[in-house]
Parts: sequence; structure tokens; C-alpha cells
Amino acid sequence: MGLLSFYSRNSAELLGLIWQHVYLVAVSTGAAILVGVPLGVALTRRAAWRAPVLGLANVFQTIPSLALFGFLIPVFGIGAWTAITALIVYALLPIIRNTYTGIAGVDPAVREAGRGMGMTDGELLRLVELPLAAGVILAGIRVATVVSVGVATIGAAIGAGGLGVYIFRGVATVDDTLIMAGALPAALLALGADAVLGFVERRLAWR
Amino acid sequence: MTAALEVRGLGYVLPAGRNLVENVSFTVGAGETLVLLGRSGSGKTTTLKLINRLLEPTAGEVLVAGERAAGLEPTRLRRRIGYVIQEVGLFPHFTVARNIGLVPRLERWPAERIAARVHELLTLVGLDPAAFVARYPEQLSGGQRQRVGVARALAADPPLLLLDEPFGALDPITRVELQREFRGLEGRLGKGIVFVTHDVREGLMLGTRIGLMQGGRLAFLGTPDEFRASTQPEAVAFMSAADPGPAVRG
Repeated sequence: MGLLSFYSRNSAELLGLIWQHVYLVAVSTGAAILVGVPLGVALTRRAAWRAPVLGLANVFQTIPSLALFGFLIPVFGIGAWTAITALIVYALLPIIRNTYTGIAGVDPAVREAGRGMGMTDGELLRLVELPLAAGVILAGIRVATVVSVGVATIGAAIGAGGLGVYIFRGVATVDDTLIMAGALPAALLALGADAVLGFVERRLAWR
Repeated sequence: MTAALEVRGLGYVLPAGRNLVENVSFTVGAGETLVLLGRSGSGKTTTLKLINRLLEPTAGEVLVAGERAAGLEPTRLRRRIGYVIQEVGLFPHFTVARNIGLVPRLERWPAERIAARVHELLTLVGLDPAAFVARYPEQLSGGQRQRVGVARALAADPPLLLLDEPFGALDPITRVELQREFRGLEGRLGKGIVFVTHDVREGLMLGTRIGLMQGGRLAFLGTPDEFRASTQPEAVAFMSAADPGPAVRG
């Protein structure tokens, strides 16, 4: 059975799964940005938090994704919320780390001049540090998003839906076309997200 | 008339107990330039940072235009003090105009007033406003950057100006050019100026008074002529360093 004829007979289901997939990635990455960027900023202000926070985020990154989904089932049950939580955990490290490195990489002379001129910490952050670090922060968000598109396929194993549904079904029935039916759009989604965020990154970076 | 700056018994001790600045006192009137001269690590820069509270003094008192610095919010205090550093520290993502107009903008001046002030200051530091307002720092030479740095420090018309080796990173020819222009500017500005340098020629050229720092203390305070005649050992060492001696003949 060809891929195209499969798609033509199952187009409604395919669109539903793509939508679920995008939803999982968008909600989790959005939440990871809302948590990760402020946390990354906090690390530039509180040296003592740096090692524990980055260390913990690093540890989360090393947990195999299938295992992490499994660990979270007793907490959140089966379904999208467990998958979203796991995806947030994976997205946090690149976002926190890049926010921290981006701001820490701002020329110290620029910071000293700003403080010496009487900018408050908030003004310095808003007008100088965040704009100058924007490119690096966005690069972190981009990495997090692309990784998330891939990891989200595993969400199907715990009933979260998404394009992984075809992949797992194909593995179970030893059907290559079915595996490809899930893997191809997932890969295209990752490439698309990478291209869009790369464009935004180039527009927002001050150079 | 109240002095632009009065420093009384200023001291700074590190938490570990090391004494970086000890019992430093001086007064700088409007139109006066006090040069803080000294070797690296003598406490010159630390003294500057104690004045605008980038560091908090552990002893003594600072008065800016008669007002106790310790009683002001640090950001409020710093907006009344122009600050210029060797690395300049222009904001790379701002145009020249936005760099210069930053403090007025934070102080919520109306846009036309900021634009007029930027124009006036660029002219003052010898840059053609029409050619420079829209440029970014990376499009400027080292000398032009420091001119913009000085203009930025003057933007909100502060009574006091602190300069930390502002010409130290420039090539020798540009440095002399800026030193000459700065000497002309000092009188016209009528501000109190504290100028940190380790270059004794620069100090003697630009200072109305010289404060020589050694080991965190003010070892000498007097006019350039008094400094030249001083027998204080560190002053003598600086004067002999300024004299290149006879040329070596082959």
C-alpha cells in the first residue's frame, strides 16, 4: 500500500494527528519559555542558583524519554498532560542555559556604563541585556522546539496522540508504510519549525 | 557656593579585610578638574566607584552638589553624575542618538528636547550631528566612540563628571587630539570633574589640581606646579617617569 493512497484515504485522521502534535509542542514549548527565560535571567542575578538549577535541568535531559513518560503516568495519568509535562522538562535546559549564556555574554563594559549612568536593574535588563541576548535565547528556543517535535512522537505510547500514533501502530503491525506515514510529517514539522524560528532569530538579533 | 563634589574621610574595606581606600578627602568646585593620579591598584578607580556608589563606601561621606550621596537612591544619584570609562561601553544596538539620549529618555524628557540636546552635544564634542546621529557604535573609530561616550555622560547636564582613563585605549595621536579638545571643554562646561589616569603628562595637562594616590591613600594633593616641585617620593617617581631623558646616541 502506497503512502499517498494511505493519506488520501485517511486525510481527516492525519490532519487530526498533526494538529495534536503541534498542540503538544506549542503548549509545552510556550510553557517552557514562560518558566525558562525568567529562570535564566534569575541565574544571572543569583550566582548561587547557577550550579544547582543548570545541574538539575541537565539531569532531566539525561532521562530516556520513554522512561520519563513512564515515571509521570502515576502522577498525571494517561494522556496529553503527561506528555506536555515531559516535553516541558526536556525544553527547559536549552532555554534556561541559552538565556543565561546570552545575558552573561553581554560586554561587561556595556553593563558597567549602563549601571554607572543610573539605569535600574529592570531598565538594564529590558533595554540592554535582553535585546543583546535575543539571538542566543532564540537559538535555545529553536533547539528546544525541534527536539520537542521528535520527542512528542513518543507521546502516542501514553495516549497523548500525535503523529506517533501511526509510528507505534506501524511498529506493532510491522508496516513500514504506516511508520513512514507518521515519521515523514513529523520530520517536516521539525524542519518547518526550525526554518520559521531561524527566520525570527535573524530578524530579532540586533546584528 | 556649594562644591560640585565633597569627599570626606572616604574608605573602602573588602569583606575579607583588605583596605582598598583609606581616609580620602577632597573637594572639587565647579569648573575644577581634580586628576587622581596613581599606579595600577592604588585605589583611583575604586575611589570613583565609591563616589557614584557602584561600590558602597565603608567609611566617610560623599556630597554631590551639596547633597549626601548616601541619602539618595543609587540610580537617582548616578543620573546626576556623568560617568565615562576607558572601554566607553556604548550600547551596540543603539544608534549614536539613542546612546546619547538614554538618560534624558529614562528621565522622560519630551522627544524634541532630547533630539535638540543630542544635536547640541554632538556639536560640543566635535562630531557633525547630521553625519553621526543615525550611526551605530561599530561604525565609529575609537576616538569618535569616546567623543560619543563623553557626550552621553553630559546628556542630562550633571553637575559632576567622573572619567576613568577615558583616553587610555586610544592611539597616541588621537589621544593627544582628544586631550587638547577636552582641555578646551573643561572651562566651558563649568562642571566639577574627577579624572582618573596613570599618565602623569595627561594629568598635568588636564588637571587644575593633582591628587596622587598610593596604597589607597591620597599621598599628595595640590596644583600641577606644586606637584612638579614636590619632594614626596611617589610624586618624584612619577615626574621622573614623565621625563624621557637624553636620547641614546649610537
